Amino acid sequence: MSWTALLALAAGAYVLKAVGPVVVGNRQLPADVTQALELLSVPLVAALVAVQTLDGGGKLVLDARVPALAVAAVLVWRRAPFPVVLLAAAATAALLRL
Amino acid sequence: MNAPARRDITRRALAIGAATGIYGISFGVLSVAAGLSPAQTCAMSLLVFTGASQFATVGVIAAGGSAAAALAPALLLAARNGVYGLSLVPVLRGRLASRALQAQLVIDESTAMARAQDDAAAAHRAFLATGLSVFLFWNLGTLAGAIAGSGLGDPRRLGLDAMFPAAFLALLAPQLRRPGAPVAAVSGALLATALVPFTQVGVPILFSAFGVIPGLIVLRRAQAAA
Repeated sequence: MSWTALLALAAGAYVLKAVGPVVVGNRQLPADVTQALELLSVPLVAALVAVQTLDGGGKLVLDARVPALAVAAVLVWRRAPFPVVLLAAAATAALLRL
Repeated sequence: MNAPARRDITRRALAIGAATGIYGISFGVLSVAAGLSPAQTCAMSLLVFTGASQFATVGVIAAGGSAAAALAPALLLAARNGVYGLSLVPVLRGRLASRALQAQLVIDESTAMARAQDDAAAAHRAFLATGLSVFLFWNLGTLAGAIAGSGLGDPRRLGLDAMFPAAFLALLAPQLRRPGAPVAAVSGALLATALVPFTQVGVPILFSAFGVIPGLIVLRRAQAAA
């Protein structure tokens, strides 16, 4: 990743955070817009789960990441701590690839 | 606000910060595994400072996408900070320079803590304590993870690529309780998966944003029925 892209991301992320406190003042956004923006992260993060599991370089593949995600899903459901979920997923994939 | 109330805010802010530090370590490891240098990894946590966008960026890059392909989904994920910032307008008072600095601390955790308070003074204290605590621990965690991650070998052999979807699933799960969220999640995942064979890396994530539409329809119906 280039430093230019990194700084562009930082600038964009900052502008979004600063719109309220710095620019807008006391005006209110319509409730519809607020709801849509609050829900927006849900399909994006769900898409990241799917794509990071199934993308095999421009085509869909089923590999060790699928059982690793299944293990992670059980642990998330059982409310395991974040690092435990990640380590279990990595260990599952690593073992299947031996 | 009395002394016990202030101490209670500080204690919670530290606990939330420490928990975020663990995510920071994970981010540091994954970012270095994706090919970013430790310096870039730390700069991202300092300057971007919004977890989901950072994970998304290194996730797309790890999958072979360009930085440009990573930028759009990462900024879409950061859009909710805009909503948080707007909701915090009554809390973040003061001079422009002070507000501009505090804006960097507008994230999930600081907003949630501020919203949980009864009055504006307590809300501001909770916002600042939580924001600073998370900033400190997130960046310390990132540094530790970036150093530790640099010593690891082939990311695939170690299964680090499987850590990305697991991380996103863990971030997604608590959000699914809201009405409309499960529908939005399934729609987004299906849309993105369908686009993988036909588009460049990062594009499927971008288009998954349309999954918010069926989610909103379900949300409206739930609100109409209530």
